Amino acid sequence: MSMDTRTPPTTKIDASPPKTGAPVVLENLTRRFGTTKALDGFTLHIEPGEFVALLGPSGCGKTTALRVLAGFERPDIGKVLVDGRDVVHVPAQKRDMGMVFQSYSLFPNMSARDNVAFGLQLRHQRSAPRRARAEELLELVGLAEHSTKYPHQLSGGQQQRVALARALAIEPRVLLLDEPLSALDAKVRVELRDQIRALQQRLMITTVFVTHDQEEALSMADRVCVMSRGRAEQIATPAELYSRPSSEFVARFVGISSRVAVVRTGDSVALFGRDLKIRGRAPEGVESLDALLRPEDVDVVVAPTGFGIITHKSFLGATTRLEIGIGGAAVKADVLSSTADVFELGTRVDLVANARDVLVTASRPAT
Amino acid sequence: MASLVLGDAMEHEVVMSEYSRGNPSRTWIRRVHWGRGIALFLAAAYFIIPFYAAMQFSLQNKYGHFSLQPLTQIAQAPGFFSSLWLSTQLAIATMAIVLILMVPTMIYVHLRLPRFRRVMEVITILPIVIPPIVLIVGVDGVTPLWLKSSQYLLALIYVVLAMPYVYRSLDAGLGALDLKTLVEAARSLGSGWVSIIWRVLVPNLRSALLSASVLTLALVFGEFTIASLDGWTTIPVWIYLAPTNSPRINTLVAMMALLATCVVLMVIVSFDRKSHSRRS
Repeated sequence: MSMDTRTPPTTKIDASPPKTGAPVVLENLTRRFGTTKALDGFTLHIEPGEFVALLGPSGCGKTTALRVLAGFERPDIGKVLVDGRDVVHVPAQKRDMGMVFQSYSLFPNMSARDNVAFGLQLRHQRSAPRRARAEELLELVGLAEHSTKYPHQLSGGQQQRVALARALAIEPRVLLLDEPLSALDAKVRVELRDQIRALQQRLMITTVFVTHDQEEALSMADRVCVMSRGRAEQIATPAELYSRPSSEFVARFVGISSRVAVVRTGDSVALFGRDLKIRGRAPEGVESLDALLRPEDVDVVVAPTGFGIITHKSFLGATTRLEIGIGGAAVKADVLSSTADVFELGTRVDLVANARDVLVTASRPAT
Repeated sequence: MASLVLGDAMEHEVVMSEYSRGNPSRTWIRRVHWGRGIALFLAAAYFIIPFYAAMQFSLQNKYGHFSLQPLTQIAQAPGFFSSLWLSTQLAIATMAIVLILMVPTMIYVHLRLPRFRRVMEVITILPIVIPPIVLIVGVDGVTPLWLKSSQYLLALIYVVLAMPYVYRSLDAGLGALDLKTLVEAARSLGSGWVSIIWRVLVPNLRSALLSASVLTLALVFGEFTIASLDGWTTIPVWIYLAPTNSPRINTLVAMMALLATCVVLMVIVSFDRKSHSRRS
């Protein structure tokens, strides 16, 4: 049991000045499970009060990295520094890290208020201030009127908000969020996403958020760390990641869905009859290149003599996504749904690149 | 068997008439109700008729009237209270030891060694497979003298005998919880293992613990072979020895023990249902 001797948190959250979270350094972490390397020399530096998202497909090591930080896994090699102190050998219950889990983790035998007060009770805070603090936090997440309800009486979104309040109640040095939104339906997910971000910015707690959803990562985080095979592929701000993905893996993970063979002329390439500048660095000494395109990078024009043919069409709401077969490639493009009537399956079209520059990569060898 | 056949015939009739009216879903419901009623009736008859016969035998006086007077004779029967007290002590000791041993072990196996669950299942079924006579002879051969003379040797043997029931109750209870997440959530909030077990897991395993306790209680109050071979007059041994020379009193004691177990079980079931309805 933790016998934390810190002064129990009693200050009103609304009145308190923004706190600065602890700096976190994950240094060269390696963790094997049998023959699989879940983490392979993973390094990440997180500034105090920063919100970092670990983004990647399942099995990339993002959850293992978070669990190592939380103290639920011990790395084979590497350091975990919180506030400059190596905590690798500190058990999870003494790390002062609040965590929200993917599955609903509220204690079923306790009311929402008791769940939030649990961590404070362990810190020997007296009953009255403990209850007041729990009520205060439930108010902060918009659930003041549900404080006496049990977890089964709350919806999934409400349960995750209570779990967030519970994690914040102990005034953690670091807040860890392990895909807390993935079990929720789309509308609640977006609402809670915004609420978490707003709270984090208000409290300035160093936060690590694990997700496989690029939209979530890009919309919430100060920086995103894209992971693959236990390593950080790229660590950058959402804008930088979106506009300058460092590898094809990252590019695909942040929304690039089509690749088209292009001819290179110096630092430009010819794409759909236009010369476009190469964005970033092109592969050295490679003449055979592919352009990497997002659906919004391409305009579609109906042309009876066009080279492209519409092969798929799916309605996405405000936009409609078309798939166009052109010169052996399949290019995805978004058009406004209000103008999508003219694009029937089998319609001949021309494509126009609407970007000023384009990402390129070496062509895949023919198989 | 005859009733079953009759029941089938009646069900068949219902089926035919309902089909002719073209309402197959209602037919199905009625068929289930008929089947359930007959099964319930047979099961009830199987338990109630012998129980009623035994109670009638115990409580009927020589004039053929029911009388509660034999109940007062139980209290005066030599050795009854000491046997009851011994059985109670053994039951409490067995429940305490088996739960203290099994709860942390099961939590550990569920959390850290899930593959070991199969082995545990096999190990815990052994006491059912091994005859009690083998168990007591084996235990007597290896037990030190100071323990042999203690009544609590019986409790230790009962712990082994209760393992299959306790294991299955706890296994079902733990399987119904998202154990890993609950434990990790508690740990991240600063909780140590004792606090996790006591404040988080035990309250959520209440029904599993209760059923494990009741099964252990029933086992201790019903076990005869080992207690008699080890020379302890527990309630079943006392009934067998019949110190009252009155088979009526002995039957009454056995029936009262059965009734008490039934009452405890019903209390637990209703308590469990109440807590379940509160949660869902």
